[in-house]
Amino acid sequence: MASALSTDLLTAWPEIILAVGLCLVLVVDIFLKDSYRDVTYLLSIFLLAGIAWSLLGAGAGGETTLAFGGSYISDPLSRVLKLFAVAAVATVFLYSRPYLRARGLHLGEFYVLGLFALLGILVLASSYSLLVSYLGLELLSLSLYAMVAFNRDSPLAAEAAMKYFVLGAIASGTLLYGMSLVYGVTGSLNIGDLQATIGTAQASSLSLWVGLAFLVAGIAFKFGAVPFHMWAPDVYQGAPTAVTLFVGTAPKLGALALAIRILVEGLPALGDLWQVMLAALAVLSLVLGNVAAIAQANLKRMLAYSTIAHVGFILLGFVAGTPEGIQAALFYTLVYVIMASGSFGFLVLLSSRGEEVETLEDIKGLWQRSPWFALMMVLLMISMIGVPPLAGFYAKWWILSALLETNHVGLAVAALVASVIGAYYYLRVIKMMLFDDGGQAHAGGVPLDVRVVLSVNVLLLLLIGLLPDRLLELCARAAALI
Amino acid sequence: MERIYLAIVLCPLFAALVAGLFGRQIGRAGAHTVTILGVGASFGLSLLVLKDQWLEGAAAFNGTVYTWAVVDGVTMNVGFLVDRLTALMMVVVTSVSLMVHVYTIGYMHDDPGYQRFFSYISLFTFAMLTLVMANNFLQLFFGWEAVGLVSYLLIGFWYTRPTAIVANLKAFLVNRVGDFGFLLGIALILMATGSLDYATVFARAPEMSTQTIELWSGAPWSVMTVACLLLFVGAMGKSAQMPLHVWLPDSMEGPTPISALIHAATMVTAGVFMVARMSPLFEYSETALSVVLVIGATTALFTGFLGVVQNDIKRVVAYSTLSQLGYMTAALGASAYAVGVFHLMTHAFFKALLFLAAGSVIVAMHHEQDIRKMGGLRKYLPITWLTCLIGTLSLIGFPGFSGFFSKDALIEAVGHADRAGATYAWWCLLIGVFVTALYSFRMYFLVFHGPERLDAETKAHLHESPWVITLPLVLLAIPSAIVGWPTIAPVVFGDYFGSAIMVLERNDVLGELAGEFHGPWAYILHAFSAPIPYLALAGALTAWYLYLRNPGLAETVRLRFRWLHTLLMNKYYFDDFNDKVLARGSRGLGNLFWQLGDVLVIDGGLVNGSARLVGWAAQVSRQLQSGYLYHYAFAMIIGLAVMVGWLLLGA
Repeated sequence: MASALSTDLLTAWPEIILAVGLCLVLVVDIFLKDSYRDVTYLLSIFLLAGIAWSLLGAGAGGETTLAFGGSYISDPLSRVLKLFAVAAVATVFLYSRPYLRARGLHLGEFYVLGLFALLGILVLASSYSLLVSYLGLELLSLSLYAMVAFNRDSPLAAEAAMKYFVLGAIASGTLLYGMSLVYGVTGSLNIGDLQATIGTAQASSLSLWVGLAFLVAGIAFKFGAVPFHMWAPDVYQGAPTAVTLFVGTAPKLGALALAIRILVEGLPALGDLWQVMLAALAVLSLVLGNVAAIAQANLKRMLAYSTIAHVGFILLGFVAGTPEGIQAALFYTLVYVIMASGSFGFLVLLSSRGEEVETLEDIKGLWQRSPWFALMMVLLMISMIGVPPLAGFYAKWWILSALLETNHVGLAVAALVASVIGAYYYLRVIKMMLFDDGGQAHAGGVPLDVRVVLSVNVLLLLLIGLLPDRLLELCARAAALI
Repeated sequence: MERIYLAIVLCPLFAALVAGLFGRQIGRAGAHTVTILGVGASFGLSLLVLKDQWLEGAAAFNGTVYTWAVVDGVTMNVGFLVDRLTALMMVVVTSVSLMVHVYTIGYMHDDPGYQRFFSYISLFTFAMLTLVMANNFLQLFFGWEAVGLVSYLLIGFWYTRPTAIVANLKAFLVNRVGDFGFLLGIALILMATGSLDYATVFARAPEMSTQTIELWSGAPWSVMTVACLLLFVGAMGKSAQMPLHVWLPDSMEGPTPISALIHAATMVTAGVFMVARMSPLFEYSETALSVVLVIGATTALFTGFLGVVQNDIKRVVAYSTLSQLGYMTAALGASAYAVGVFHLMTHAFFKALLFLAAGSVIVAMHHEQDIRKMGGLRKYLPITWLTCLIGTLSLIGFPGFSGFFSKDALIEAVGHADRAGATYAWWCLLIGVFVTALYSFRMYFLVFHGPERLDAETKAHLHESPWVITLPLVLLAIPSAIVGWPTIAPVVFGDYFGSAIMVLERNDVLGELAGEFHGPWAYILHAFSAPIPYLALAGALTAWYLYLRNPGLAETVRLRFRWLHTLLMNKYYFDDFNDKVLARGSRGLGNLFWQLGDVLVIDGGLVNGSARLVGWAAQVSRQLQSGYLYHYAFAMIIGLAVMVGWLLLGA
C-alpha cells in the first residue's frame, strides 16, 4: 500500500508542489505591504521555476504512469503540455508587472489566481477520468472569471466577467451533462475503461451519442470555436490586457488536453461522429474568425477573432484523426501559444506606461518610434499568416498535410482560402505600423526585462521555424502514445 | 576542415551585416576595417584549403551542414562540395575581392554611401562563395540569385542617376530570362533524377542520357540535351553570352570597383564555372556542347568588334570582358573545361587589373571617362601606366604573360575539337586575337600616349592615385604577369582537377594536346609556329599605326566604312530590337491582359467582388456579436441543438 501511495504522490508531484506553493504565496501576500508586492511576484516566479525543474527532471524517459486508481496519468503528452503551460504562465507574469503597477493593479490576487488557473491546467493535462477533467476545468474557469473581473472599477471588465461566467456556467453544465450520459451508458468515468469497453453495441446507443454532442459543445466552448465563441471577443476586449494575455495563452493548452483525453483517448469508438462535428465547427470558426477580424478596429478584439480562426485549424488536426493529425494539432497549439503570448505581450508592453494601447490607430507609424518592437510585431504577424521561415508556417503545413493524407481535400482548401482572407488583417497591422503616421504608442521607458522577454518570445518563433525538428519530435512522441 | 569551410563563407557575411546594419555607428574606418578583415580571413583560409587540396592532395569534401527541409522525398540541404575546382575558384574570388576592398577605400573616398558599398561587396563575396562551394542545385541557385541581387544593387548604387537605374533594371530583366531557363533546367534534372544533390545527379547522368522527353507531341528530345541547354541559358544570362549580353556594357554605370569584381572577375564567370561544374552532364550531350561552342565563339568575336569603336574607357574594357567570356565559353563547348577555368582564373586577375587601372585613370581625371579627352597620361600616372600595360599584354596574349598561356591553350584546344561548329569557332577565336589586340592597344595608346587632349583644369590637378589604389594594381599585376608559368602544367595539361571535371574519352582534346606539352618555355617557343602571336602583334601594330602614328587614317577608315561603323556603334541593333520588339511587344501584351484579364475579370470581378463580399460578411458577423448575453447563450444552444439533431436524424 505504501508504495502505491508514493507512486500516486510522485505522479502528481508537480501539482502538489504547485498547490502547496501557491498556498504559501497566498499567505505571504496577505502580510505584505503594497510596496513589497514584488515579493509575491518573485515567489511566484520561483515557484514556477521549481515546477518546471521538477517536470524536466521527472520522466524524460517517456514512460507512462497511472495513479490514483487509474484516474490520473503522467505521460509524454501531459509533460509537454505542463511544461508549456508553466512557461506560458511565467511569461505572462514577466510581461505583466509594469502594466499592472502603472494602473495600481499590482495585487497579489493576480498571481494567486494565475497559479490556481495553472493548477487547473496541470490537472487537465494529467486527468484520466471524466470527473478529474471536470475538476481541473472548473478550477481553471473559476480562476479566469475572477481574473477577468480583476479590475473592479472598470465596468467593461465587470460586464465581460459576467458574460464569461454565465456562458461558462452553461458550458460547464453541458459538459457535465454529457459526462453523466456517458457514465449512464458505460458505467465508467475512467478514460482507459471507456476506451476499452465501448463496443459496437454501445457505440450505436443514442444516449451515448447525445452525451457526445454535449461533450463536444463543452469542449468547443473552452476552445472558443464557433458557435460557442461568443464570449471570446467581449472577454478579450473587456479584461485588462495582462489578463487577456493570460486568457489567450495557457488555457488553450488545457482545452487541448480536455479534447485529447475525452475524445481521442476516451471515445475513439465514436471517432466518425465527433470528427464530423469538429469539422463543421472548424470550418465555421475559420470562416467567421477570419472574416469578422477584418471588421475590427480594436487589436484585442481582432486577436480574439484571430484566435477563433486558429482554433479552427487546431480542430482540423482532430478531424484528420490520425496520430499525425493529433501531433499536428499539438504542434499548432504550442506554436499558437507562443504567438499569442508574443502578440498580446506586445500590447502589454506598449501599454506598460499607463495609457491603453489597443486600437489599430495607436500603433500607426510605430516603425519610426520603436523600430525593434515594430519588427517583432511584423514577425508575429507573418508567423500568424503562416509564412516561412516562421513557426506558424510549419504549424499550418502539418495540419494541411495530415488532412491531405486522410483525403480531406475540401477541408484543406477551405482552410487555405480562410487563411488567405485572414492574411489581410495581419498585413494591415504591418502596413499601419510601417507605412502610416499618426499613432502615439511607443516602447520608451519599458523595463529591460519585458523587452528581453518579448524579443526572446518572438525570436523563438523564428528558431522553431528554422529548426522545427526538435519540437515536432516532441509532439510526435507525445502523440504516439495516445 | 569543415569549420574552416563554414568560416570562409560566413566571415564576409558577418562583415557585411556589421557594415550594413551598424554602418553609422562604426563609421567609415570601421566599415572598411571590418569588411577587409572578413574578406582577408576568407582569403587566408581559402589559401589553406587550396594548399590542402592541391599540395597535400586531400580528398574532395562533400558534406551537409544543415538540412533545410525534406519535401516529398526531396532533400533540400545547405552543404559544401570542396574539391580542387572549388578551391581554385575560392582563391580567385577572395583574392580579387580583397584587392577590390582595399582599392575601394581610395576610389569611394568621398562617397556618402561608403559603408553601404562595403556592405554590398562583402555580401557579394559571401554570395559568390556560396555559389561556388555549393554541393547541390538549390544552393547553387541561391548563390546564383544572390550574386544577381547584389549586382543589381551595385549597378544602381548611385541611385539618383537615371542611367544607373535603367542599367540595373536592364541587368535584372535580362538575367530573369537566363534564370528562367536555369530554373527550368534544375527542375528538369530534379524530375529526371529525383535529387538536387550534385553527387547523386552526376552518378545518374549516364542513365539520364538515354531518357527522352516529348516537349510537344511527336518530338522526342534527349532529356540530357534539354536540361543542359536550359542550364546553359542560365549561364548565358549570367556570363553575358549573345544574345543575352546586352546588360553587361550598361552595368558599367556602377562604381568601377564592382565593375572589376562583379562584372569582370567573378560573377560573370559564374556561368563558366557552372558549366565546368556540370561537366558530367554536358559531356553526355554533343548537341548542347555544340551550342555552347558556337555561342561562345560568336560572342568572343562579335563583341570584340564592338570594343574597337567605344570611347568610354570602361566600356572598352567591358566589351573586352564579353569577348573573353566568349573565349571561356567556347573552351567549355570544346570539352576543354580545364582550360576554360584556367582562362577564367588568368582573366580574373588581368581584367580586374585593367578595370582598376581604368578606375585609377578615372579618379585622376576627375571622373572623365572619354578616352578621346585623355592622352599622354603615362608621365603623370607612372604606376597606373605600367600595371595597365602589363594587364594589356596579358589580355592580348603576349608570349610569357598569363593570358598568353590560357588563351593559346584555349584556341589550340578548340582547334583540336571535332564537333559540329568547331571549325567556325576556331576561326572566330583566331580573328578575335587580332581584334583583342586592336581594341586593347587602341585604348592603351589613346590614354597613355600621344598628344595630351586634356583640358587645363584637369591637367593642373593630375597626379598619381593614393597608395590604396596603386597597391592593389601592383598586387594584381604580379599574378597577371606570372601566374601562368607554374599553373599551366598542372591545371591544363596535368591532372589538377582530377575527378572535379569529367571528360569522356572521345572528347578529351586536352589529353591529346598534353603529349605535345614540354614545359612553359617550350610552350612559348612552340607558340611561334602558330599564327596566334603574329595576329596579336598585327593587332597591336595596327592600333599603333591608326591611333598614334597616323590618326588621320583612322578617321578616313571610319568615314569610308560608315555603314560598318554605324552598325557597330549601334551594337548590331540588339538594344533597339529588344526595346522595339520585345519590350514593346510584351508591354502591348501586358496591356491587353491588364485591361481584359486584370481590370475586368480579376480586379472588377474576383478581387473587388470578393473583397466586397468579405467586407459585407465582416459587417454582418459584427452585427451578430450584439453584446447581449441571451443572444450569445442562444447561439450556443442552437449549435448544440443542431449537433444533437444531426446525430439523431442524420447520422
